[in-house]
Amino acid sequence: MSLVFAISATLAVAGALGMLLSKRAVHSALFVALTMISLAVLYLQLSAPFLGMVQIIVYTGAVMMLFLFVLMIVGVDSSDSLTETLRGQRVAAIAVAVALGLLLTSSIGGAVIASGNSLDSTIAGGNVQAIANLMFGKYVLALEVTAALLVTAAVGAMVLAHRERITPKLNQREQQQARFADYALTGKHPGPLPPSGVYARHNAVDTPALLPDGSIAANSVPAPLQARGSVREVDQVDSQQIVDLSQGNVVIEGGDDGRN
Amino acid sequence: MDVTNYIILSAILFSIGAVGVLVRRNAIVMFMSIELMLNATNLAFVAFARANGNFDGQVVAFFVMVVAAAEVVIGLAIIMAIFRTRKTASIDEANLLRA
Repeated sequence: MSLVFAISATLAVAGALGMLLSKRAVHSALFVALTMISLAVLYLQLSAPFLGMVQIIVYTGAVMMLFLFVLMIVGVDSSDSLTETLRGQRVAAIAVAVALGLLLTSSIGGAVIASGNSLDSTIAGGNVQAIANLMFGKYVLALEVTAALLVTAAVGAMVLAHRERITPKLNQREQQQARFADYALTGKHPGPLPPSGVYARHNAVDTPALLPDGSIAANSVPAPLQARGSVREVDQVDSQQIVDLSQGNVVIEGGDDGRN
Repeated sequence: MDVTNYIILSAILFSIGAVGVLVRRNAIVMFMSIELMLNATNLAFVAFARANGNFDGQVVAFFVMVVAAAEVVIGLAIIMAIFRTRKTASIDEANLLRA
């Protein structure tokens, strides 16, 4: 057992277990990506460099990123419900899978696999050429069927993900009319929201703007930040300093004092 | 170069994937488990190709990857379509096929 195999196999199993045990789906996706990369290293070790590269490009590059995109759409915090719908199903499932693993490993571990053949010396021209010979020779029909499958999958994905527009699209005039109708009914301000506050020390979106009377404009900070409670306080000393500066009765000290 | 180790690793990964399919309730995580099982079989194919000294196993693994990619595209599109109508990715909610 070589060192490369030991490290890659450990990482692959760790990634698989992490996928199984992590509560959030995003963490699961990243753990699976770790497993895929470890498997690519194992393919390289098994003198299959073409498959190793395809594994990295297709699985970690395309498939897992597709998973992450869908997770972003479906909602990152869509964590699993831990309630069992069937009683005892989880224990039974784990027992069955452990039995399956034991059966597979014991039966394969008992089998004698002739591993005297060397893959590199048998074929002239290298791995990619040998795979190409097979793929466009012996397996050319399967390759053509694969092409049909890929086209079908692309069309199917477009059909499934397509959303038919069932209401007409609003033009600018109708949007304005709706906005002012809303203003007439509920008094909601029809203009844009006030921007965040801009001060000498910070102008990030979490700093609220001040109204002329010195109070805070509530909707100048995005609602998610307010819900998270991470709205920055407007420092009373700071606003006093601004007043002092505008009246010209303060001496500016050298440099930033490091306060935020 | 002992191929048996690779096959045992493949069996372990396959079993972990099977547990994932059976235990997890989130459709996307179940899907990842299926991907893990497919990858485990791929590893077995490549290991046996190495043991037999020919490239057929590698070609089969390549075709498995292509089919898995197509399957992921369709499966995730179905999950998104279900999410649009039900606002959930849990398979317990999708017990009726009508929208």
